[in-house]
Amino acid sequence: MSSNKLLLGLAGAAMLAGSMVVAPPVQAEDSIFVPMLTYRTGPFAGSGTPIMDGMHDYFTMLNERDGGIGGVMLEIEECETAYNAQKGVECYESVKDRDPVVINPYSTGITLQLIPKAPVDEIPILSMGYGLSATAVGESFPWTFNAPSTYWSQMSGIIRYIEAQGDGIAGQKIGFIYLDVGYGREPIPLLDELASEMGFEVVKIPVGVKDMQNQSSHWLQVRRERPDWMIMWGWGAMNPTAIKEAAKINYPMDHFIGVWWSGGNVDVTPAGEGAVGYLSANFHGTGTDFPAIQDIITHVVEAGKSLADPDTVGDNFYNRGVANAVATAEAIRTAQQVTGVSVVTGVEMREGLENLNITAERLTEIGLEGFMNPMQITCEDHAGAHPIYIQQWDGENWNRVSDWIEPMSDRVRPMLEAAAEAYLADKPEWQTQTCN
Amino acid sequence: MSDTTLKSDGGSSMSQTQRNWLITVLILAAAVAGSFVAGSDSLLYKVFVGPFVEMYEVPDLFVQVLWEGLVAGTLYALVALGFVLIFKASGVFNFAQGIMVVFGGLSLVGFYAAGVPAFLSLALSVAMMYGLAWTVERVVLRPLVNQDPLILFMATIGLTYFLIGFGEFIFGGEPKTMITQEIGLPSGSYDFDWFGGFVSFQKLDIAAAVIAAIMVGCLAVFFNKTRIGRALRAVADDHQAALSVGITLRQIWVIVWFAAGIVALTTGIMWGARSDVSFALQVIALKALPVIILGGLTSIPGAIVGGLIIGVAEKTAEFYWGPLVGGSIESWIPYFIALGFLWFRPQGLFGEKIIDRI
Repeated sequence: MSSNKLLLGLAGAAMLAGSMVVAPPVQAEDSIFVPMLTYRTGPFAGSGTPIMDGMHDYFTMLNERDGGIGGVMLEIEECETAYNAQKGVECYESVKDRDPVVINPYSTGITLQLIPKAPVDEIPILSMGYGLSATAVGESFPWTFNAPSTYWSQMSGIIRYIEAQGDGIAGQKIGFIYLDVGYGREPIPLLDELASEMGFEVVKIPVGVKDMQNQSSHWLQVRRERPDWMIMWGWGAMNPTAIKEAAKINYPMDHFIGVWWSGGNVDVTPAGEGAVGYLSANFHGTGTDFPAIQDIITHVVEAGKSLADPDTVGDNFYNRGVANAVATAEAIRTAQQVTGVSVVTGVEMREGLENLNITAERLTEIGLEGFMNPMQITCEDHAGAHPIYIQQWDGENWNRVSDWIEPMSDRVRPMLEAAAEAYLADKPEWQTQTCN
Repeated sequence: MSDTTLKSDGGSSMSQTQRNWLITVLILAAAVAGSFVAGSDSLLYKVFVGPFVEMYEVPDLFVQVLWEGLVAGTLYALVALGFVLIFKASGVFNFAQGIMVVFGGLSLVGFYAAGVPAFLSLALSVAMMYGLAWTVERVVLRPLVNQDPLILFMATIGLTYFLIGFGEFIFGGEPKTMITQEIGLPSGSYDFDWFGGFVSFQKLDIAAAVIAAIMVGCLAVFFNKTRIGRALRAVADDHQAALSVGITLRQIWVIVWFAAGIVALTTGIMWGARSDVSFALQVIALKALPVIILGGLTSIPGAIVGGLIIGVAEKTAEFYWGPLVGGSIESWIPYFIALGFLWFRPQGLFGEKIIDRI
């Protein structure tokens, strides 16, 4: 054997020995398993990383400060999907037998794959502020939740904001630039419906995933069409590129509104001064000025238990992760109260989610007064049609520039019910539920 | 049987290419005539006449589209150049070229973030690309020498995944902002009021075009005028003959991978400045594939002219014809254009006519 081969063999043996030292994770019987589908890698890591940090840190803070929820520790485990639906399903399959309490897919593509699996495996899916809009209809989708708002409700809120500004919306031209995948296409039915009802024109500009960072021709179309307002449904590397291109053609930033996934700090900072004035929807507060986030800093970040860059704590997407973790944690607590079981699993969690009621008092109690609007989920309405607000980037921070805007529930709900019915039309075996 | 064969056999009075031209011109003439008959609301008119009328009536936007196409084309040409350099010298189709673009950009931003001054970071990034070239030669190419080119191609796929993981391990997965001003790249734009509208030239894009031109010039001088350049061309022609006259294959490989690395670094800086430096950038390497179909894998002028043609054609197509089919045609239209070109020039842009006698 040559010395090279000997070295190689030794290295291989060392690696093998090393891997045996690390024991496979053994789930404690008295803990609640909260898997996280993350994407800290790949083209969408810029959007994903801060959200995952926020979620991870809030759960860790509950463990460190309170010893978990209701005296039961949370077992947090990440599974990397790179925003790839196939990997997302693999992650789901790898955790489903370990009694996960809930799955947060963090991708509309992955959510669409998991919706039919959830009732079979009895694991609730919480697609918080994304996913299939129709899953808001609780009777048709007992196992999927998309509070605080569907994409359709959010779009109706953005349209309401535009309607309230100066010239109203009738006769205006709205440009809709979107990532050309399931997520970006999701709000189009509602947008078309509202356009014909309210008398505005829509110009749709899809951006393919391959061209996320190559949008010059798309924005030249914007220059040709001269829309009065631009609405963006972007994600990952598409967002900063779009904002840069918009600045390049001198599009007025205060008439450019992003969905709440197009409002990260990483989305606006690369454009520098050009991004000042850009608007984005939101449903929670930004910054660190909340006792709960201060607790995260004390118990997690400063204790070296966070993966986040300390400067990003309190950023919009970090706080999005916190909001998601709060909804999950409060649903676990509700599940414990409603079912009397302390180590809850998916079945109890579904009860907890359907009875979730985060009141203003409760928000104050958990150190998040004014952080978000009170949030309630019911058996009938798994989204809750909660209000949104519009924020504006001033070059350093996001500032709230609107009151809470109620979505057009009277228009959206019938459309959601029709979409749910259409989804179930070819699935005779589908398990529905009746709400009293 | 290729058209050139037909011609060399003298069996036909009109070559396949000429026939293709004739068919295309006839179809186009019929379509244009048809669109005038059908009126300006017809689909025929919107496809064959409307866009050209718009180009004429709104020339400022047309000039802007051409400019954006040229800038994108310059960058596609740089990526394609990376492929061509390595293929010419080693016969390897380097699948890792895209990730090398990301790696170059990330290392520059990474060094700067670690507190190294901007220009020193640039020098260190260049050194890093050399290190990468040396390592690839030592660890990947040398053990696989004399293997089938397909095996080497597979190895570069492996290299791609290794570099993705390694890059994420060192630099993290989140996107970073390119240090545009710190390394002396200009910002802002020159705006001109033309034809009743305005045309805007980003200073950064002008810089990209100038730097790309300088780089191509330097490479041309290097390959044509220096001893190493001549050696490299010898290797490209015939490995064994080059070895027999005492050219070191290993050295050539390191140099050529290093040159491709520098090209990748430049592309990473330029594209990173236009959007951001993230792993999503590697997909732009795919944009080089239609350029290569068009320009050929062995021709440096082919990569450059092919890049410019693809850039201009795809932007024009997306802008004028995209809305007719709901947009987002930019992802596939370059392949269509490249194949369209081959319809007229089967040997590619600068390829030589291969005459096979059977």
